[in-house]
Amino acid sequence: MKKYWKSLDELKDKSIGSDIEKKPEPEFSIEGLSEVEVSDKLKSNRRDFLKFFGFSVGTAALASSCEMPVRKAIPYLSAPEEVIPGMANYYASTFFDGHDFCPVVVKVRDGRPIKIEGNELSNITHGGTSARIQASVLNLYDSARQQYPLKNGSKANWDTVDQEIKNKLQEIAEKEGKIAILTSTIISPSFLQVIEEFKAQYPSTEVVYYDTISYSAMRMANKQTFGKAEIPSYRFDEAAVIVGFNADFLGSWLSPVEFARQYAKTRELNEEKTTMSKHYQFESYMSLTGSNADIRYSIKPSDEAVILLNLYNRIAEKSDMPTFGVEDSPVSLDQLVDDLMKNQSKSLIVSGTNDIYIQALVNGINFLLANLGGTFNFERSLNTRKGCDQKFNGLIKDMNDGHIDALFMVNVNPIYDHFDSASFELGMKQVGLTVAMSEYHDESAKLASYVCPDSHYLESWSDAEPYTGMFTLGQPAIQTIFDTRQAPESFLKWAGIETDYHTYIQNYWENNLFDKQDQYLTFNDFWNHTLQNGVFDIEVPVAECPMYDFEFIGSNANKLISEKPDGLELVLYEKIGIGTGKMANNPWLQELPDPISKGVWDNYIALSPKYARDNQITQEDVVNINGQLTLPVMYQPGQPYGTAAIAIGYGRVEIGKVANGIGKNVYPLSSMKNGYKQFNIAGITIEKTGDTYPLATTQTHHSMEGRPLVRETVLDSWKEKKNSGNELHEINEKKAVSLYKKPEYEGFHWGLGVDLNKCIGCSACVVACQAENNVAVIGKEEVKNRRIMHWLRIDRYYSLIGPEKPGPDTIYRIEPENPEVVHQPVMCQHCDNAPCENVCPVAATPHSKEGLNQMAYNRCIGTRYCMNNCPYRVRRFNWYRFVDNDKFDFNQNGQLSKMVLNPDVVVRERGVVEKCSFCVQRIQEKKLDAKKQGRLLRDGEIKTACEQACPTNALVFGDMNNSDTRIAQIKADPRTYNLLEELHTLSSVSYLTKVRNKDYVPPVEDWGHDEEHA
Amino acid sequence: MYNKKVRGVLIQGNKTYSQITNEILAPQERKAPTWWFIAMFVSTLAMAMGLWAIYITISQGIGTWGVNNSIGWGWGIINFVWWIGIGHAGTAFSIFLLILRQKWRTSINRAAEAMTVVAVICAGMFPLLHMGRLWMAFFIFPYPNSRGPLWVNFNSPLFWDVVAISTYFMASATFWYIGMIPDLATVRDRATSKIKKAIYGLMSFGWVGSAKSWLRFETAAMIIGGLAAPLVIAVHSIVSMDFATSVMAGWHTTVFPPYFVIGAIFSGFAMVLTLMIIIRKVFKFQDFVTDGHLDAIGRILTFISLIMGTAYTTEIFIAWYSGMEGEIYTFFHNRITGDHTKAFWTMVTCNAIIPQFFWFKKVRKNLTLVFIISIIINIGMWFERYVIVVTSLSKDYLPANWAEYTPSIVEIGTYIGTLGIFGIGVLLFIRYIPMMAMSELKMILKGTSIITNQKQEDHE
Repeated sequence: MKKYWKSLDELKDKSIGSDIEKKPEPEFSIEGLSEVEVSDKLKSNRRDFLKFFGFSVGTAALASSCEMPVRKAIPYLSAPEEVIPGMANYYASTFFDGHDFCPVVVKVRDGRPIKIEGNELSNITHGGTSARIQASVLNLYDSARQQYPLKNGSKANWDTVDQEIKNKLQEIAEKEGKIAILTSTIISPSFLQVIEEFKAQYPSTEVVYYDTISYSAMRMANKQTFGKAEIPSYRFDEAAVIVGFNADFLGSWLSPVEFARQYAKTRELNEEKTTMSKHYQFESYMSLTGSNADIRYSIKPSDEAVILLNLYNRIAEKSDMPTFGVEDSPVSLDQLVDDLMKNQSKSLIVSGTNDIYIQALVNGINFLLANLGGTFNFERSLNTRKGCDQKFNGLIKDMNDGHIDALFMVNVNPIYDHFDSASFELGMKQVGLTVAMSEYHDESAKLASYVCPDSHYLESWSDAEPYTGMFTLGQPAIQTIFDTRQAPESFLKWAGIETDYHTYIQNYWENNLFDKQDQYLTFNDFWNHTLQNGVFDIEVPVAECPMYDFEFIGSNANKLISEKPDGLELVLYEKIGIGTGKMANNPWLQELPDPISKGVWDNYIALSPKYARDNQITQEDVVNINGQLTLPVMYQPGQPYGTAAIAIGYGRVEIGKVANGIGKNVYPLSSMKNGYKQFNIAGITIEKTGDTYPLATTQTHHSMEGRPLVRETVLDSWKEKKNSGNELHEINEKKAVSLYKKPEYEGFHWGLGVDLNKCIGCSACVVACQAENNVAVIGKEEVKNRRIMHWLRIDRYYSLIGPEKPGPDTIYRIEPENPEVVHQPVMCQHCDNAPCENVCPVAATPHSKEGLNQMAYNRCIGTRYCMNNCPYRVRRFNWYRFVDNDKFDFNQNGQLSKMVLNPDVVVRERGVVEKCSFCVQRIQEKKLDAKKQGRLLRDGEIKTACEQACPTNALVFGDMNNSDTRIAQIKADPRTYNLLEELHTLSSVSYLTKVRNKDYVPPVEDWGHDEEHA
Repeated sequence: MYNKKVRGVLIQGNKTYSQITNEILAPQERKAPTWWFIAMFVSTLAMAMGLWAIYITISQGIGTWGVNNSIGWGWGIINFVWWIGIGHAGTAFSIFLLILRQKWRTSINRAAEAMTVVAVICAGMFPLLHMGRLWMAFFIFPYPNSRGPLWVNFNSPLFWDVVAISTYFMASATFWYIGMIPDLATVRDRATSKIKKAIYGLMSFGWVGSAKSWLRFETAAMIIGGLAAPLVIAVHSIVSMDFATSVMAGWHTTVFPPYFVIGAIFSGFAMVLTLMIIIRKVFKFQDFVTDGHLDAIGRILTFISLIMGTAYTTEIFIAWYSGMEGEIYTFFHNRITGDHTKAFWTMVTCNAIIPQFFWFKKVRKNLTLVFIISIIINIGMWFERYVIVVTSLSKDYLPANWAEYTPSIVEIGTYIGTLGIFGIGVLLFIRYIPMMAMSELKMILKGTSIITNQKQEDHE
């Protein structure tokens, strides 16, 4: 490079001009200071260092010591084979609580069971569940369960307890004293064998079955008339005419999940299937089953026998059989007899009354109609509900007489649920060794000398044979949370057998069931596969149909007719949620609205509105019943005049924070008649106390106000015109002209179909949704404030039948005496033109590309405008902090019970709006599965929690864009309509009209528009 | 000349300029009377209750209110709309009358504007309080952010609300303040204590009263007035859209924007009347707020009341005419008859019927009656908002959801609290700010006082 010079001087002396380059400005030059001074200033000294050091350490210490909770995430030391963190595992198991039975699949996330699904492989329930089965997972995490063995009320350990019980048993055996095992029905073949082995060790052992709800009259009647003390398998799906007498077979009678499915099969209507069963129900309280009946008669309990005798006579006449003298039936039976005669061998009559003569009569009618072998048979008989009233009475007597030396109470609680608990208690005092083996420290366990707590079914190994030849297996989904031990294991210990129960079951299956099949060569194979499937059925020999013995009823018919009782007749019934009260400490069940009354958190005495008014009793008045107990009154349309109904299962004492003090125990009102436990009691007196007690219900208005919300028609009209009752749909579709383009979805467009003809209102979906989506429980007070959090609710409306017109009413809107009932599940409708979405100021509820109406909880500021603008009112608001709040001391308050939370679903914070998401977490999971496997999604692969829980398949979820899906078929059905379609919300939930199998009755003008009071 | 003074005498008593200043500032230059302290104490108590209610609401949640799944808005929104309505008067009063060159506004506009500002502050608290997550309220502002960026929903009337109300508040406050500057300077000039002088000096922005200042002052008032005038219409139209854009029967109504604006002016004027009667009585301002003033407001109210009646009738007619089941139910079975009959008929009576008594001159002249009716109108307007919010939500499309609503003590507490804040605001106003626009009064004195009028008559 050339170099130019600026002056000659520069040329001479090259150092001039390069000065600047040579001496750059010091970076931190400070005017007036020399370089040395500057560098001295800038040099950090020890003091400064210490100052800064001290400050930063101090700040860090302060910031980090602000009570940050320690959260441990401990990895598996040696990871279990199947567990992938964040992925769910499913294990087949068996639910059996001594009454209800259901093969289930347990969803386990990171070692915690969090959800129960029905086992679709079962030939009994086909994947159906009930509200209680859905809720049972929460009981696992109930800290009110007995957590360790007790000896005389104080904590003991298993070794001591075992040793002492064994010693005492030895002593008793030596002196040949009597040992009684009082147990709820055992359907486990292995457990039965354990008891046999126990008996072998202590031969003086007697086993007494005790069921809270007794079916022993039915077994005895079957023995007397068919020669078999068994309960047959019923086939409601084969029946064209179904007649129920006080039998709530969809809600509580025998095997409701199974029957609900069978029943719904007969209610299905489509292009191929155009027939439907006709359901008559005669009942003394408005049951779930009655609410679904085509024709419902509301009768007094004392009239049941009269009606049945009349029915018997009418049918017997036709087949020239002898008849019995009886007064005329209070209701006309012409239509019923006509239908029954037309459908010989295709009808089914059932009665839920625990009366041997009534059951015998029912058998007679069924036999005359040739239903045996058709709609019910004894090939496979039901093994649950084996309780025997006489034997239990005998036991009480023996105990009181001092004949019993040891009493084992397995999964029973007679002190709470037997009317004569006083003599049982006295008897217990006569028994030297009393051992209680139940999950809770319940009323009976409190009186026992030893408490050996049973494990929850999700912690236990089990097998079951609910029907002859139909087996299921149950496996634990979690280690025992507390120091509990399942009952069979205890008996094994006491019988001196050292095998653990798991091996014991395996041995049993190897010895007894392995050779009944030829699919698997080795037992290991057989066991593993059966355990995986959960169910195993074997062929049973075809048995000859038994003949009906007319002798028994012939000689006892006169016993059916009794004097008309004075006073009120009372029916004690099981609620869908609480049932017998065994699971009363479950907040999901306490807050589950009764499908009919919509009441929560209480039991009450249901009276016919007319009867109540005639006696100057208003809703929520507290009445004294027989001078024994007081309960508030609930008006219940459909309750027969002069009768009352109260739910059992309430009034638990010291059983847990949830159930304590909720409702009243009405078991003491039940009684014994002809040696059978009676839940229908005559001659009850009620008296106003002058107090009132507020009841919480989730619905206070009961009329549809003539609006086309639930559209219905009758079968004949439907056959003529497939859109009968749904004519409005076409009109609305035509009217729906919009300036805006209808949104289009390129990929999936999710939709849900609800077949109102199949929905029976059982509420399994409500609890399933609550469990899946971490929906909060809010307690009675907040429900009363109309703030229930359920994402899915079932609206129930009453409508008038017949021409009667309501009169004026002051307190409560007049209710028809025997209304027709409709159930309508309502969840977020995921409108494609959603009113809620437009109005949110912060865009917290946008629409997805798949047609979902989404909620961004983090974005929500809680203006509640969306709730106001949702015409379906499905949006819920977090009025308070429902988590970790002692004011809401339910399952979301407490470390243990929070284990049930679904980690895939956010727990919502105070002040945000929430609602049904169509189980978006499930959609996403299955979509990813399909994507990973490089295939298309199959129809039915994604199941929302409600759909999966539904025992009747009334709910169908799927892609509306794909014409092959079930939901697309539903959309194409002429019965389809959208709720409030006239608002042009373009909702994604489709309802199918309800079709009743009855004669066309011109619609009655709705009850007018007088005031409604909440 | 044909310059006939239609309004007649606007300032009674042959006042001179200095009399105006003396009389209007007299209450402030005296020691505060006992009743002022008592009123202040009561208002503070009310505000304390409000603070308690706010504390409970924020610390525990909206659950402490009486609202529920079906009725998501209750007293919170009712009171919000009510206060906003009241907050309409001042600006409507001054701006419309300013633009229309109505000189009789001058003795009332200052107080009316002050009331507006306080009422809008009261109103603005409710939308914030009724939020489930108040601490996230800033989400409602469209500002660049790192969340996506996540924008607000411009479709939502609630967002328009935020914009409209904050703009309205700022415009009203500015307008009020600018109008006050010359008067504040007067106070400054008359102040005896140094501190007072300093404070008012600061507040009057060093006003010197030069011709140029006056020119600027009047221009500014006109410009801001012109800008704020459409806001008066906009703000309540937008509040009405909170309801009108929804699908709820009884809300989904196209008549709402004009109906709400008129209703707001109605309640605002009524509140002005209430306050002016009190101020005039207490401070003996009869010469400034003459019977003629009150008479004029009474006449306006009669007219607006007729419009209200028409709006109610229109709504009912359209509900019937639409043939829509929900609408018919809401209007005929849940308002005219049904559970909410009382509220509905209170509203109709108070707003459409009772103000019709103003047709009679005797009623307009009887200040006790005028005072009572002005309060009745505001009760009626409160019930109007109650009827709109609660009845429509309580019985909507699906009867299964029908529910009732009773306010909780916390909700009532927030309302009482805002009444307290309003009271405190008004009390501070009458104590520390010239209650009437002295400068403007002086402007009209010559043209409208008795002397000039007499001269004019003589001349004729």
